[in-house]
Amino acid sequence: MLTSILSLIQAAVVFGTVIMLGCIGEILSEKSGSLNLGVPGIMYIGAIAALVGVFFYEGAAENPSPYLCILIALGCGFGAAFAAGLLFSFLTITLRVNQNVTGLTLTIFGSGVANFFGGSLNKLAGGVGQISVSATSDAFRTKIPELSDIPIVGPLLFQYGFMVYFAVIAAILLQFFLTKTSAGLNLRAVGESPDAADAAGIHVIRYKYLATCIGAGITGLGGVYYVMDYIKGTWANDGSIEKLGWLAVALVIFTTWKPKNSIWGAYVFGLLYWAYYYIPGLTRSSQEIFKMLPYIVTIIVLIVVSFRNKKENLGPAHLGRSYFREER
Amino acid sequence: MQYETGKKSALNQKKHREPFLRIAKRDSMPFFQSWGIRIAAVLLSLVVCAVVIYAITKMNPLKVYGAMLQGAFGSKRKIWITIRDTMSLLCIGVALAPAFKMRFWNIGAEGQVLVGGIATAACMIYLGDVLPTPILFVVMIVASCLAGALWGVVPAVFKSRWGTNETLFTLMMNYVAIQITSYCVSLWENPPGSNYVGVINPQTKAGWLPSLFGQQYMLNVILVLALAVGMFIYLRSTKHGYEISVVGQSENTARYAGINVGKVFVRTMLISGAVAGFTGFIAVSGSSHTISVNTAGGRGFTAIIVAWMAKFNTMTMIVISLLLIFLEKGANEIASRFNLNDYASQIITGIILFFIIGSEFFINYQMILRGKNKEVA
Amino acid sequence: MEQHIAVQMQNITKTFGQVLANHNVSIDIRKGEILSLLGENGSGKTTLMNMLSGIYYPDAGKIFVNGEPAVIRSPGDAFAYGIGMIHQHFKLVDVFTAVENVVLGLRGRDANLKLATKKICEICEKYGFEIDPGQKVYNMSVSQKQTLEIIKVLYRGADILILDEPTAVLTPQETERLFHVIRNMKKAGKAIVIITHKLHEVLSVSDRVAILRRGEYVDTVETKDANVQSLTEMMVGKRVVLDIERPAAAHTERRIEVKNLTVVRSDGVQLLDRVSFTANSGEILGIAGISGCGQKELLESIAGLQKVSSETSILYSAPKADAPVELVGKDPKAIRDMGITLSFVPEDRLGMGLVGSMGMTDNMMLKNYRQGRTPFMERKEPRALAEKIKEDLEVATPGINIPVRRLSGGNVQKVLVGREIAAAPTVLMTAYAVRGLDIHTSYTIYHLLNEQKQAGVAVIYVGEDLDVLLELCDRILILCSGRVSGIVDGRTATKEEVGMLMTHLQKGDGSDAV
Repeated sequence: MLTSILSLIQAAVVFGTVIMLGCIGEILSEKSGSLNLGVPGIMYIGAIAALVGVFFYEGAAENPSPYLCILIALGCGFGAAFAAGLLFSFLTITLRVNQNVTGLTLTIFGSGVANFFGGSLNKLAGGVGQISVSATSDAFRTKIPELSDIPIVGPLLFQYGFMVYFAVIAAILLQFFLTKTSAGLNLRAVGESPDAADAAGIHVIRYKYLATCIGAGITGLGGVYYVMDYIKGTWANDGSIEKLGWLAVALVIFTTWKPKNSIWGAYVFGLLYWAYYYIPGLTRSSQEIFKMLPYIVTIIVLIVVSFRNKKENLGPAHLGRSYFREER
Repeated sequence: MQYETGKKSALNQKKHREPFLRIAKRDSMPFFQSWGIRIAAVLLSLVVCAVVIYAITKMNPLKVYGAMLQGAFGSKRKIWITIRDTMSLLCIGVALAPAFKMRFWNIGAEGQVLVGGIATAACMIYLGDVLPTPILFVVMIVASCLAGALWGVVPAVFKSRWGTNETLFTLMMNYVAIQITSYCVSLWENPPGSNYVGVINPQTKAGWLPSLFGQQYMLNVILVLALAVGMFIYLRSTKHGYEISVVGQSENTARYAGINVGKVFVRTMLISGAVAGFTGFIAVSGSSHTISVNTAGGRGFTAIIVAWMAKFNTMTMIVISLLLIFLEKGANEIASRFNLNDYASQIITGIILFFIIGSEFFINYQMILRGKNKEVA
Repeated sequence: MEQHIAVQMQNITKTFGQVLANHNVSIDIRKGEILSLLGENGSGKTTLMNMLSGIYYPDAGKIFVNGEPAVIRSPGDAFAYGIGMIHQHFKLVDVFTAVENVVLGLRGRDANLKLATKKICEICEKYGFEIDPGQKVYNMSVSQKQTLEIIKVLYRGADILILDEPTAVLTPQETERLFHVIRNMKKAGKAIVIITHKLHEVLSVSDRVAILRRGEYVDTVETKDANVQSLTEMMVGKRVVLDIERPAAAHTERRIEVKNLTVVRSDGVQLLDRVSFTANSGEILGIAGISGCGQKELLESIAGLQKVSSETSILYSAPKADAPVELVGKDPKAIRDMGITLSFVPEDRLGMGLVGSMGMTDNMMLKNYRQGRTPFMERKEPRALAEKIKEDLEVATPGINIPVRRLSGGNVQKVLVGREIAAAPTVLMTAYAVRGLDIHTSYTIYHLLNEQKQAGVAVIYVGEDLDVLLELCDRILILCSGRVSGIVDGRTATKEEVGMLMTHLQKGDGSDAV
């Protein structure tokens, strides 16, 4: 019983880390007014870029260094996702295309790119079978020595790869940035009222670009974590990243745009997602019904959020709209 | 003054130059010019795609497009498959048109199609041998429309009552529908353990849309085109269509005019969902004769972009649907020739969509280069 | 003399699409002086100043600040030149506090909230402002928001201040206080520009007046050499009669009786509090008050657009009817189905009264598109009506199917008022009917309202210009923080009296202020 609860929690934490990274990236982006529905696509792109990067490194190096593996994976993932964010920013901020349409297109594009290369990278490189980057995956999955051996507390808190802790720290840092720094204040002003921000001398376009692109980069790290830890350095064309990406978008509303809430919110989503696996006596078909749980809960959260009307709990006032200074 | 922030010194280091490029809003553009820009965007995107394809396959880009044409229109069978898929994409686009015209972000077409498909498949499995053919079809159509309508109306009810965000709501409804489909697949799987439903009623063909004029998919074409024309008239010439436009432009104006905004939301989403559910019927009864989580195949999302680009005009959607399906089929052809996977088509679709949506900017805005403005004075 | 000039604008031209907003305009702004920028609505005053504050960039022309050529590409550039503008539509972030709004966009020590709070207090003391640095903007009154905007500009060390229609939303007393502050700033050596179209303010506060007409520069005169008549002629380009006619009210009978009208917003804030009054046929009832103290909700309640609390009663007596009918609980469609024609010209013309993306024809049927039994639209009659309104009111549009949002503000209002009057109403409600319109169009609207009054319609006129209210209306109801603070006779009341009533509740019991 205890072991199954522990393993449920572990599964939830690992799952939660993926969407937590997706969520805080999206919060950063939405705080600047960019509602980026390309989160699944960006996670895909981050994931595949990291996979491709280390695939070639591991193929070239005799003894891949774990540190370089991690660095390459994170660098490629962040960089590619940043580039995807740049594309989104260019279309929505500079060309003022509708954000929803652009985001959905980015999701189609990202899933295409990722699944295309994920499925045929090995073939393109002349290999056979599934792609696998075990050295990097092992590096990502290295647990904290000694601490992880403590009974109960060890598995509960210390038996994870470093990205789990990184995500929590990133959430706290983002919370601090948004609420305590003047750049964070400026960023929030951009998302709330770009014309007020503009009149105050804030470079609205620059803030929007940076927040959207860096946000996309963080979201992309969620994808990196997904391939390297969650599915252990392989690739699966099963559309899971897409599901996780959308849950990350839903989590943003759940947290009322506060990164600190994403820390526990993400783990709750993780528990819900894996609950079916640990409920005894389910058949294969009834498991499918239980897998609806996170989506149903998200819907309930959406409904509950819509009941509230406190101004500070709503999203940025200018979310989803483009800004043109000379608009009359 | 003690309050001065003393930034003037920084300014002296700045170069006194006017901006290189300025952007101004355009009043309006003649019809042919705006379509010229859109066509140019498609052509440009095809060039970019050719470069991408060349980079991956090292194939002569011109031959690539030749191969794509062959993939989409190379044989009679291929032509009909292309037409069939165009119709199914168009049908979802038609379903989304009223919702999007009302500025209701129905991202849930995927799920609405799926539940329509499930309803159809259920009728075929449980009633296929029980009911006479005409009644069976009526029951199937009604069931699929009702299922789709139900899926569409739930978010609309909450939106109209509490303003619940419909974008994520409809999206989550997709995943609920996918799980229900998985459940049904494991319930109906044939042979057991395969996790596939397999072709339903392969012998009796009960509940299969019949061939017309010797063409298996002719009936699909007629039904979907009729729906497209019907929706065009509904949106343009009826009172309901007028209400949808007013609500889409401004809910305040709608209330001012005495339009019950919530009622319009619910009614329109019933229609939108029902048509999407009907697409599920066409997909199951009229083409695949089976059900799986891939029955909608991501078209629910692609159709959103079709509807948006067509500015909710269902006639324009025919052209755009055909273009996108052509690209999909063509990319699949290339993928299979090079032993790559089908996701290549999504990449190409994505690139082309980026260009088309980006081109709207050049229709709505104009750019003024530095130095050009002296002539105005 | 040269060093006294703070800003010179030379041959400035700016176009929006086909609209020429400014053409070849040259003005100069001097230090230690208050310059009025006078012109009708749409004459390009705000556009011209927006080019100083970095919101727009000129198509052609040169700007010199302190004698040096200046390129102002963004508001940030403008601050660096010491130029600060207080926009008519405040540029404040609602969910931020006062001090957060002040430090927005600044760096280093300037952005430190504690230091900023201290400095803000110093500025307040120096110029005589009152503000709570920790208050959220969405809890502020209009005049507090304006004060905050001025502090924001002063905090950044601006020497050149531009105020765009600063008095439009203020009571006469608040206006006096603002002018006092402005004179203080002038004494401190700052250059001040006031954009306005109110002549008596120009005469009372400014040193010089620069006049714009239809985007072109007319002249600059010393205020001491000018009078109302000469300024008007320069502004409009011809002699105009500035008197608004006021025919005697006749055949008045009770049409609308409002009792205990109370509106509570979803977050618990009371927007209207037991408002009671009657509106009679054949008279114009004016409604005055600081902006946002319940005027919008009042009209929307009568029109059936606002949820009102249970004690409210709105009784409508039809001409020659025996018993009045209750309007509370009925939406606009239900009211129309009862055979009552209430016409309503809302404040938000394109966001509520009209559909911007539709042409005149489709807008004509907005309220009666349900006519006819078939499910299809009948467009023949609306088309004829659109043609008629275009003719009668001289609506300048390339065609009746051109989207109305592409028309100018005055023409949009003509379309809206034309449609509402064509419905042959028994009650006509207008909110800020002449806001943003030029003098000629404004007088057309006044004339139409008087015609309706004489035809026996009960006209309710919500206005912001007290001079107009006092000249046009038979009775004036004054709202203050959602309550009726008085109903006065338009023929005998004075501006000061009405101004006092606009604020007296706030002084009496400040706790109720919204």
